[in-house]
Amino acid sequence: MPISIGEFNMRDIFYRLLASPQGLLGSLILLLAVVLVVAGPALAPFDPEAISILARYKAPSLLHWLGTDQLGRDILSRLLIGARATISLSVLATVLAMLLGALLGTASGYLGGRIDEALMRTLDAVMSIPSLLFALLIVSTLGKSDFNAVLAITIAFVPGMARIARSVALAARRQDYVNAAIARGESAAYIVVREMLPNIVAPIIVEATIRVAFAIMLFATLSFLGLGAQPPQPEWGLMVAEARRYFFQAPWMMLMPGLAIAIIAIGFNLLGDGLRDALNPKGQRS
Amino acid sequence: MTAAYLTKRLLLVVYTLLIVSLLVFAITQLLPADAAVTLLGQSATPEALAALRARLGLDQPAWLQFGHWLMAVLHGDLGTSMRNGLPVLGSLVDALGRSLLLAGCSLLLMLLVAIPLGIVAAVRRGRPVDLIIAMLSYIGVSLPEFVTATLLILLFADVWQLLPATGYVPLSENFVEGLRHLILPTLTVSMIMVAHVSRMVRSEMIDVLETDYIRAARLKGLSRRRVLLRHALRNGLLPTITIVALDVGYLLGGIVVVEEIFNIPGIGRELLVAVAARDLPAIQGGVLILAATYCVVNFVADLAYAYLDRRIQYA
Repeated sequence: MPISIGEFNMRDIFYRLLASPQGLLGSLILLLAVVLVVAGPALAPFDPEAISILARYKAPSLLHWLGTDQLGRDILSRLLIGARATISLSVLATVLAMLLGALLGTASGYLGGRIDEALMRTLDAVMSIPSLLFALLIVSTLGKSDFNAVLAITIAFVPGMARIARSVALAARRQDYVNAAIARGESAAYIVVREMLPNIVAPIIVEATIRVAFAIMLFATLSFLGLGAQPPQPEWGLMVAEARRYFFQAPWMMLMPGLAIAIIAIGFNLLGDGLRDALNPKGQRS
Repeated sequence: MTAAYLTKRLLLVVYTLLIVSLLVFAITQLLPADAAVTLLGQSATPEALAALRARLGLDQPAWLQFGHWLMAVLHGDLGTSMRNGLPVLGSLVDALGRSLLLAGCSLLLMLLVAIPLGIVAAVRRGRPVDLIIAMLSYIGVSLPEFVTATLLILLFADVWQLLPATGYVPLSENFVEGLRHLILPTLTVSMIMVAHVSRMVRSEMIDVLETDYIRAARLKGLSRRRVLLRHALRNGLLPTITIVALDVGYLLGGIVVVEEIFNIPGIGRELLVAVAARDLPAIQGGVLILAATYCVVNFVADLAYAYLDRRIQYA
């Protein structure tokens, strides 16, 4: 049986995704991200922690492709190692938020009525605290570390994901298969998890893909502010923060990790838009 | 706009602020910092600590503390800062003024750039101009503020030596210098929003341009320009109000980073300092004020939308 998302066949979606320029470029960057996360440490030409006094502030060259930093550490190697922290932790935060948000939103949409109204108004209220501030607040409570930054991003993202899930769930709620399940006398939990969730996965995945880009930026920003990953960890945002002091004399120190963040974020944005088009073949908003 | 709508919307603002204060209070209560220890230092005697806790009401149950805190907030008292002993409200309001100046300039610049870009992209859909705008907006939404800011400083302050790198000069003190110091922060804050809003304007405009009444107007023999300016813009730009209002949340977050980088003594930097020092009243007050700002902006935007939408329907 072919794997499908909603009424679409996985293979069709994949072909349509690769046929659009955004989808193709986004997929290529995603592939790059996967390679970085899986094989980054193996590909690193130097030890990312190796300090070399003779090789400080070296501009990009054949030996050090992306240059070296204030301690003579190879920037390419640090970027390759740091991909794990930046990319995989951001994806983790988004996936956690997606699961929690989808469950909450679908349940709210299914229950409807007063509960739905109260839940949504409360989520709206929570969303009036800007994500970065919310994350700041949580990290300041839990203490600064990369794991706490992940938790903070997750919590900050849940209301938004729940809203999206709920709006799709409301449409699904009126479908015949849900009414059929209610008529069969299935429990609310069964209907939410087994009947509704699988059918609203597509829009939620699109939203989550775009959110990964935002999570990467948020995570890097928290690290940049000193509240996420801690030195000497080669996290990209932290690398930018550390490079700021030296950036008039060695701008590449800051530019390289900054570009890395931007490229991966662009990739997830493109992929999200490509997926949305691939899942809505009739939608004309390319 | 009916009175019922207005009442409902106002109640929503009150509810939102209540939830936000509850949340902010609950989260800061979990902070491992003990206010009494912070104030008296590690070497304080247990008796002195207990006395201070009793005086500050820290020995009361959490809900009672929340009640007292909320009552005080409603009376305009956000407590005193644990860092300098000054009232939190005063310093936050001063800082908020500087932040709102930055936010206002950024919003203005964003609208001036994003709306024309979105319209051009929609009208020239699929042409090279549209593709270039699309590429620029992908880059725009994907560059975090701290990267944009550092790049701008490198180019404008270091390479070309055109503008000051960081710092803040009050406009009342030296207007020209004040503006010069505002340019780079404003550019940084508006960058992501330009990218986002221009994409939204583009897709709204494309929807409008494909409606029957626009086709009818064109078939009636009206010029492209006239149809665009008189018919399409009005309806196409209306949803932008809501989008921009929602983006204000992002703007307020972005301001925190930008104020930190450019050394602007706004509410964002105030908050970061408070977080670093675990200054509870300042953290609570800062988040509450920013959330309230966001609420008010969205309230006004919703009213404006309801008002304008009604006029268009009955025009």
